[in-house]
Amino acid sequence: MGFKDYCLRKSLWVFHFGGASCNNCDIEILDCLTPRYDLERFGILLVGSIRHADVLLVNGSINRRDKDRLLELYHQAPKPLLVVAIGACGCTGGIFAEGITFAGPVDKIIPVDAYIPGCPPKPEAIIAGIVKLAGKK
Amino acid sequence: MSRKTLIPIGPYHPLQEEPELFKLYCDGEIVMDIKWETGYNHRGIEKLSESKSYDQVFFLVERICGICSTSHPFAFANAVEEIVGVEITDRTKYIRSIIGELERIHSHLLWVGLAGHFLGYNTLFMWAWKYREPVLDLFEMITGNRNSYAMFKVGGVRRDIENSKIPAIRKVMAVMRKKLDLLTGAVMDDPVIHARTKGVGILTRQDILDYGAVGPTARASGVDIDVRRDDPYAAYPLVNWKVITAQAGDVFAKVEVRLLEMYESASIIEQCIDALEKMKEGDIALKINEIPQGIGTGRAEAPRGEVFHFVVSDGSNSPARHKIRAPSYTNIATFKKSCIGQTIADATISLAAVDPCYCCTERMAAAYDNSSGKKILNASELIELSMKRTSELRKSGAGHE
Ligand code: SF4
Repeated sequence: MGFKDYCLRKSLWVFHFGGASCNNCDIEILDCLTPRYDLERFGILLVGSIRHADVLLVNGSINRRDKDRLLELYHQAPKPLLVVAIGACGCTGGIFAEGITFAGPVDKIIPVDAYIPGCPPKPEAIIAGIVKLAGKK
Repeated sequence: MSRKTLIPIGPYHPLQEEPELFKLYCDGEIVMDIKWETGYNHRGIEKLSESKSYDQVFFLVERICGICSTSHPFAFANAVEEIVGVEITDRTKYIRSIIGELERIHSHLLWVGLAGHFLGYNTLFMWAWKYREPVLDLFEMITGNRNSYAMFKVGGVRRDIENSKIPAIRKVMAVMRKKLDLLTGAVMDDPVIHARTKGVGILTRQDILDYGAVGPTARASGVDIDVRRDDPYAAYPLVNWKVITAQAGDVFAKVEVRLLEMYESASIIEQCIDALEKMKEGDIALKINEIPQGIGTGRAEAPRGEVFHFVVSDGSNSPARHKIRAPSYTNIATFKKSCIGQTIADATISLAAVDPCYCCTERMAAAYDNSSGKKILNASELIELSMKRTSELRKSGAGHE
């Protein structure tokens, strides 16, 4: 295990990218920060800039307008970066995969480290996913 | 002439949980003009809907917007039931209204929290979201999911609310009232909230009528409209409740309207479960074998205002045309009135005050050729194309009145 991987085991800082979503996954991610789930007890913090982030959470199907911006964010991020695809939309495109503006699920655009399925996944599932990911490093 | 500075908010801004780009043109601290760009959230739902069967469309329209994921199926069900020409059973009506009002409570709580967050009052954010959890638990108990409930179908609902579940609902409502008192007290008596929201982002009655704004945004400016009363559907005519209005039109009035609406919702739910208890369990769906040719319009009062669905059926098993208008579409246009002339700090809360929901509002504004990247259709050409298609449909006789 390298030094950088060692650092990733604690206090993950998370940046949230909402693609063409229905908003539910976004809300459930925010929900993780509120008193009942309180993600911060694991040292996980939502940050405002991708340049501060260790984890990129992507939810929603990615449409043509989002695609380039997602790529740009990925390139701007300091590496190593863990990418998590959230929800049915993030994993496969879900119900919107046949849409006219769909530009591919997240893993066609950037490499993904973990998938959290569900529509929307429960906050418990999101937390479990991220904690597992941190534990593996 | 002073120079204007452009301040972009978005498209991926920590303030918003949805992708959206606002451009504030500012002179010093004062916002002189505002423009916004959409499209980051466009999924082509109306088109997708034409490729799905009526049963599947419910799951699709539910995913237009996650926060008001009942109002869209509600309006769609109203539209399709108009085509079929059926009257749903009383039990179904009550169940539908319960789900709709539970959703209003959770959506308004969510908004109160976010408004607090925008004002820098994070305690309010945490409180409101904490009290929202019991409502989501109720949803999980009744429907099996915290959001996106999959409760509706043509002619009924998919799951019953059995009598055994009613005490739990009643208990949550009782607790909810206490928490609402606490929240209302915290908001109404807080001098900082008064200072930040009173007289900010004022929309006059005339502005509302000019822009066609709906829902709490309109009601906070003294425009007394509510689809639940004006075009009754489901169980709303069967229970006692009143439409909340305020006169001031500023952000504070919008907070007030939403807080008081939650009490009304709680009382509607309580009346509905009382009625449910007296009925026989299980009478929750009509058998509907086919959707005839026809045109149907359905309206429902979402937490943010009127949702409108227009469905053309050609007698097949999927809609020939499905047109959706969500409340935020008209509410967002009022930004031109509410934000200009404000300071930047006040503009953000004025933006948030209408509770905008962008995933409902997305429209295509231009079409590009895939290979060359050239623009082939602009917005006005697209509108023309759409009008042409409507008139063709009308001529071909898909759905005569
Ligand atoms: S996975 Fe489901 S809940 Fe999440 S954004 Fe997609 S449709 Fe919405």
